[in-house]
Amino acid sequence: MPYIKIDEMRCKGCGLCTIACPKKLVALSDTPNSMGFTVAVFSGPEQCTGCSLCAEMCPDVAISVFKE
Amino acid sequence: MQTTALEKIFVKGNEAVAMAALEAGCRCYFGYPITPQSDIPEYLSRELPGLGGEFIQAESEIGAINMVLGASATGARVMTSSSGPGISLKQEGISYMAGSELPGVIVDIMRAGPGLGGIDASQADYFQATRGGGHGGYRIIVLAPASVQEMYDLTMLAFDLSDIYRMPAMVLADSVIGQMKESVVPNPRPQTLLPPKEWVVRGRSAGEPQNVVKSLYLGDGEMEAFHWKMQARYQELADAECRWEEFQTADAELIVTAFGSTSRIAKTAIAMAREAGMKVGLMRPITLFPFPKKAYAQLSERCKLFLDIELSTGQMIDDVRLSVARDADVAFYGRPPGAGSLPTPEELFEQIKKNYRASA
Amino acid sequence: MKQVFTRPESLKDVSTHFCPGCHHGSVHRLVAEALDEFGIRSETIGVASVGCSVFLYGYFDIDVIEAPHGRAPAVATGAKRARPDRIVFTYQGDGDLAAIGMSEIIHAANRGEDITVIFVNNTTYGMTGGQMAPTTLPGQKTSTSPYGRDTSKDGSPFKMAELLSNLDGVAFSARVALNSPKNVLQAKKMIKTAFRYQVEKKGFSFIEALSACPTNWGMNPIDANQRVADEMIPYFPLGVYRNTANL
Repeated sequence: MPYIKIDEMRCKGCGLCTIACPKKLVALSDTPNSMGFTVAVFSGPEQCTGCSLCAEMCPDVAISVFKE
Repeated sequence: MQTTALEKIFVKGNEAVAMAALEAGCRCYFGYPITPQSDIPEYLSRELPGLGGEFIQAESEIGAINMVLGASATGARVMTSSSGPGISLKQEGISYMAGSELPGVIVDIMRAGPGLGGIDASQADYFQATRGGGHGGYRIIVLAPASVQEMYDLTMLAFDLSDIYRMPAMVLADSVIGQMKESVVPNPRPQTLLPPKEWVVRGRSAGEPQNVVKSLYLGDGEMEAFHWKMQARYQELADAECRWEEFQTADAELIVTAFGSTSRIAKTAIAMAREAGMKVGLMRPITLFPFPKKAYAQLSERCKLFLDIELSTGQMIDDVRLSVARDADVAFYGRPPGAGSLPTPEELFEQIKKNYRASA
Repeated sequence: MKQVFTRPESLKDVSTHFCPGCHHGSVHRLVAEALDEFGIRSETIGVASVGCSVFLYGYFDIDVIEAPHGRAPAVATGAKRARPDRIVFTYQGDGDLAAIGMSEIIHAANRGEDITVIFVNNTTYGMTGGQMAPTTLPGQKTSTSPYGRDTSKDGSPFKMAELLSNLDGVAFSARVALNSPKNVLQAKKMIKTAFRYQVEKKGFSFIEALSACPTNWGMNPIDANQRVADEMIPYFPLGVYRNTANL
C-alpha cells in the first residue's frame, strides 16, 4: 500500500497538504515540533494511492511518497 | 591590430585605453555613451565582434556595471567606462564588486558639472574615485595617467592589478587626456604572473565545492573579519604597488605636486621657473590609491615646501598633507573645473613665484 | 516499495527561512526539478536578487552570483555573454523585477538574452514588511497603501507576463500559480519549458509565478492560498503569452 512520510524537521505546519489530498488523509496535529510548528500528520496508510499531490503542494519538500 | 613593439602610432587617449584593453585580453565591454569618453565604446563596438568578444551598449550605466559584475564573476577580463555622472550611477555596482572581491576595470574620464552640457576637464572627482563613492567602506585601485602612452600602459596595468588583488581598478583621466592625440608605442601585454581564479562561478560538478560570488556576510564576526582582511590587502597594495614620477626633485626648494593634465601644465611652468633660476621640481602620483605616502614623506625630509595644484578646490591635497613631514608646508592653487578654468603655464609660474622661497 | 517523490538533487536538504505557506519553496523546488531533469546542474549559474529570494545560494546546490537589487537581468547578461555554454537564470520578486529593476528586465528581454527569468509575484514587498509593490492589486491595503491602492495616484498593477510578451526578443512568456495541485503540476511543465528554451538555445524565457505571502497579507496559509485563486488569478490570468518555438 502506498504511503507518505512527513519530515517533522522540515514541516512548517502550513496546512497546504491538508487541502491537497483528495482523500483528506493529512491533517495538522496539535503538538508543536521543536521549531514551534504544529506539523502535518498522515492518517491513512490503507487509503493512500500514492498520488503525490500532497508532496507536490508542500512548499518545504517535507513529504516523501512511497509506492510499489 | 598587429604592430611591432617599436612601431609608434598616433592615437587619442580614449582609443589608447580601448586598444590596451584588447591587448590585455579583455573581450567583454559593457558601457554607455557619455562625453568625453564615447570613443571607448565606439572603438570597442568596431573591434570586439571581430575578435569574438562581447560588446553591449547597455540600457544605462547601471546596467553596464552590473553586466561587468556578472561577466567578472565567471572569470572574464571585463571593462566599462564613463565620466563622473555615470560613475555616480555605477557606485552601487562598484561597491558590490568590491565587496564580492571581483576584478574589473572602470575607466573614468572626468568632466566638469552634472553631465548636462559642460565637458571641460575636471579633477573634482578625486574623492569620488579614491574614497569609494559607494557604500561599504571599501577602496579601489586608482591609476592616473598623464599622457596617451600612460593611458595605454596603465590600462594594461589596471587589468593585472585588478586580477592579482581581486578588486576593481579605475583608470582616472580627464577630457583633455581623453581627447588629445599623442604618439604611443603599443607595448605588448606584460608577462605578469596571475593567480588562478579558483573562486569563479562556473557550474558546479559533482564533488566540487559550490562557488558563490557574494558580498553578504551575516554570521557572527564574519563581516568584521572581511573588513580587516581587505584592510590587510590594501596594505599589501600600498607596500608593493605605489607608482609615481619625480621630476627634477633632487635639489628642489619647492616641489609642485599634481596629477593628470595639471601635471603637464605644471612641467612647463617648472621649466619657466628653472629658467628664472628657481629650484623647482614635480612630484606626480600615478597611483592615487594606493597613494605613494612614503615617497612624499621621503621628499619632505629634505624639501619643506610643496605646492599642490588641482582642477578643483582641493581634494588630493588632503592625501598630500597626510603624507608629508609635519614641518613641511603644503600650499594650494586650485582652478575648479568649468568653462575657461584650465590654467595656463604662465598662471602656474606666477603661483610658483608667489610661493617660492630659497633656503637660507 | 520505492520512493516516487523525492527532493530534487539540485535543492539542498536544509530548512528554509520562508514563512509557512509561502510559495517560494514550491517555485524553488520546481526550478530544481527542471535542472535535474535536463541534467544541467553542473552547468548552471544562478543569479540571486534581493528580497526573500536573497538566499538562493543557500537552497540551490549550484554556483550563484549575488546581484544588487533589480540588476539580476544585467548581471545574468554579463555572465551568459562571458559563458554562453552555461545555463544562467535569475530569480526575482516583484520589487526587484518590476520596480527598481524594470529597466534591466525590459532591456535584457528586448535584447533576447539567452537566459531564463523566474519572477515570483506576491503583490507585496515581502522581506521589508509588506509595502506596496508594482503588482499590488487595486484597493489592496499594504503598509504603504493603508487606504488601498489608488490607481489614480499609484497606477495599475503591472502585468509582466503580458508586457514582456510584446517584445520581439522574448521567446517564451508564461504565468503560473502554485495554489492547487493542478496548478503546481502545470507550473512544473511551464518551468521545464522555460529551461528547455535555454537548453535548446531558442531564446529568452520568462515565468511569472503567482505566490501567496501569508505573513504580509495578514492571513493564515490556507486563506492566503485561497486569495491567490479568488483575487490574483482573475487579475493575472494564467497561461502562455508567447511561445515562439511552440515548445
